[in-house]
Amino acid sequence: MHISKTLTAAVALALGLAAGPVTFAWAETPADTLVVADKIDDIVSLDPAESFEFSGNDLLNNVYDSLIELDPTDLGPLVPGLAESWEVGPDGMTYTFKMRQGAKFHSGNPVTAEDAAWSLQRAVILDKTPAFILTQFGFTPDNVADKIKATDDGTLVIVTDKPYAPTFFFNCLTSIVASIVDRKEALSHEANGDLGYEWLKTNSAGSGAYRLRSYKPSDSYVLEAVPTGWRGAPPLARVFVRHVAEPATQRLLLENGDIDIARKLTPVDIAGIAGNPDIRVVDEQRGRIFYLALNQKVEPLNNPKVIEAVKYLVDYQGMADSFLNGSNVVHQSFLPADFLGAIDDQPYALDVDKAKGLLKEAGIDHIDAKLYVRNDQDRLEIAQSLQNTMAQGGINLELRVGTGAEILGEYRARNQEFIMEAWGPDYPDPNTNADTFARNPDNSDEGNHTGILAWRNAWPATETNDLTNAAVLEQDGDKRAAMYQEIQRIHQRVSPFAPLFQQIEQVAMRANVEGFSAGGSISSAAFYATSKK
Amino acid sequence: MAHQEDITGPGHLERATVVGLGIAEFLATLAITLLGLLAVTFVIGRVMPIDPVLSIIGERATEAQYEAAKAALGLDDPLWTQFAIYVRDAATGDFGKSLLTGQPVIADVARVFPATLELATIATLFGVLLGIPAGVLAATRPGTLADQAVRLVGLVGYSMPVFWLGLMGLLVFYGKLSWVGGPGRLDTSYEFIYELDVTQRTGSILIDSALSGAWDVFANALTHIVLPALVLGAYSMAYISRMTRSFMLEQLGQEYVTTARVKGMPEWRVVWVHVLRNVSVPLVTVVALSYAALLEGSVLTETVFAWPGLGLYITNALFSADMAAVMGGTVVVGAAFVFLNMISDVLYRLLDPRART
Repeated sequence: MHISKTLTAAVALALGLAAGPVTFAWAETPADTLVVADKIDDIVSLDPAESFEFSGNDLLNNVYDSLIELDPTDLGPLVPGLAESWEVGPDGMTYTFKMRQGAKFHSGNPVTAEDAAWSLQRAVILDKTPAFILTQFGFTPDNVADKIKATDDGTLVIVTDKPYAPTFFFNCLTSIVASIVDRKEALSHEANGDLGYEWLKTNSAGSGAYRLRSYKPSDSYVLEAVPTGWRGAPPLARVFVRHVAEPATQRLLLENGDIDIARKLTPVDIAGIAGNPDIRVVDEQRGRIFYLALNQKVEPLNNPKVIEAVKYLVDYQGMADSFLNGSNVVHQSFLPADFLGAIDDQPYALDVDKAKGLLKEAGIDHIDAKLYVRNDQDRLEIAQSLQNTMAQGGINLELRVGTGAEILGEYRARNQEFIMEAWGPDYPDPNTNADTFARNPDNSDEGNHTGILAWRNAWPATETNDLTNAAVLEQDGDKRAAMYQEIQRIHQRVSPFAPLFQQIEQVAMRANVEGFSAGGSISSAAFYATSKK
Repeated sequence: MAHQEDITGPGHLERATVVGLGIAEFLATLAITLLGLLAVTFVIGRVMPIDPVLSIIGERATEAQYEAAKAALGLDDPLWTQFAIYVRDAATGDFGKSLLTGQPVIADVARVFPATLELATIATLFGVLLGIPAGVLAATRPGTLADQAVRLVGLVGYSMPVFWLGLMGLLVFYGKLSWVGGPGRLDTSYEFIYELDVTQRTGSILIDSALSGAWDVFANALTHIVLPALVLGAYSMAYISRMTRSFMLEQLGQEYVTTARVKGMPEWRVVWVHVLRNVSVPLVTVVALSYAALLEGSVLTETVFAWPGLGLYITNALFSADMAAVMGGTVVVGAAFVFLNMISDVLYRLLDPRART
């Protein structure tokens, strides 16, 4: 008897839930909060000495400051950050920085030259992945205490090992690894002499416009404005970044006004929201370059005629105009647009007959090879297009698809044949890409330069090594730019690399959002200039 | 021989013994199963062609940085030593640190599992409350329109891709009609209220907000969970209604049903009391299994609905070769699975006298 009653009630309840929904009026996002949907599951660490992923750097760019900064509203010229002014000594190796007066960390501690020296020393000593941005100036864990030091509270002196191009050094100081950390705060959380590393992985001790309020890995983070910061109070009190992996879901949230910015929409979604008066799409050129490369250890991929033929067997414009549809533009040189010395030469286009002719000259009838590629949508589509056009010229590619770590593992071991990969610059200076695409200190297996693309593809870079080494020392800015142009033109002609595209980030936002910068090709996202009308 | 009379058979004491035995057996099975689970996940983790070191150090690292990271992970030790250390630590609830989040895996799982648990529970509730009546309806009116309808719904629930169903559901009920909350567990403003004003005891937003009396947060969470729970529940509803239908049809052909009808018992009582009571025995297993399946977390549902649950966590970890997280997450799922199986076993014994000997 009572079972039947329970069941009747249950059915009634179920039907009620299913058939009688109430209509809710959905509020917009809170007026003082910027709500952003992004993919943030790439974050490994929030320690500026370690962070080297896009999302982590986006977060840190708003929480920490460096001595020299890039202005998010006018990317390009260097502007004062925690250093008010700087100068290079006559030897070209001694840099003196005057610290900004009155700047405070979130803890309330004053920002001193001692903090700045400690932070840079710390990054060198911890020697995490991005440390090379600093150590390339001759700092080692042993000498860094002498090379980087505070002479008084307001003065920092740094001595490099060679008279580098000053712009090269300054540009590197704008990167996240050169962020200034609150020494007292970090050391109060030190464990086993780790310089606060474990604690800083998930906490922050900076002086930026925002402080980290909460961080849930692969879920969300909240930044809270610090109104007493040296930049003054940012327009928005809070920034809430949510991990929303599915682009279609991001789009729905944006259309319904539950988020202010969607950062990972596909070209299809972008086309779908065109014409919606509540939404604006801002295109920003980012630094990531897609490229195709041929491992020179593999016959006959090391034949110059084959290398040239391959560059004519890519449907650059066809891909850009079809599935890439606004998310990438054709770009055939290794420096992203907007970098010092960037060129926009596009000597190659799909030309099957020419490619066949070149292969014939080389005495090659057909080639069977593997193309290594990571399993994400864009890359697979590019790989399939490559497979198609290469086959027309007699190069039969078998796709070897894997996760990021899998493909990277093969690549670092030089086991790949053809590879389609992406490269993003590490700091806004041309050397960041020239150093990896156009320089190879030692091509032998023992050289083991696993971080360098030329080495991974077993290309000795004989034609560009000396030029690349010389360019980092060139004191004259114009001459330096001309050198990079020359390096790229040689690289385009002879290297086994075929740069394909430069990334465009299509940031979709509610129409009332203003002043958001994703960081262009040289920096990270900045929320501190963003406002809502 | 009328089944239902047997139910009053064994006495109180015997029942307690049954439960006691069940618990002892449960613990033994749990221990053996978990050890097996640890071994399997460990082996899979080590033979995978993915290098976990690369996920930490990334693109640019030099060989020296690589070696340093490898040593720090303990990957230089012999396999047996690694496994022994792994089992020892796991026994104390220490599954190591996740490479991706930098947090202890157990803390990560404690953070993401409540979201999955909440979703799976509501989904199973939907599955049971809709699936059982639908199955009964179909079985008592075989061949009619109602039967066809239930079978069609069952087929759709089985075969419709969750990804598509979820996105369409969102598009219609959230995007166009605004009947339900959007992706995520709460609206942004309620997210802040939950973070700041609600004591987080369990990690389940529904329970926490109810305990704190924050009914506006509760209501908002409810509007967010309804849709993903229905989408996820569609599958278990399909499964449960199909199984209910076939169990019912089997029972309805039994002699005791005819006897009851001949005695003049009202048809609703025959179906909803006598037959359903016997059907409930195998149904318990069906429900427990479908509940356990949902507890693994549905990657697709969690992706579409931006639901920060266990399925998404394990999948992300897998793609990043974060083996500590994969193994920790898998062990938790395995434990939940074993636990539910045991519960259903115990229930089974309590409900079905034949299973007690």
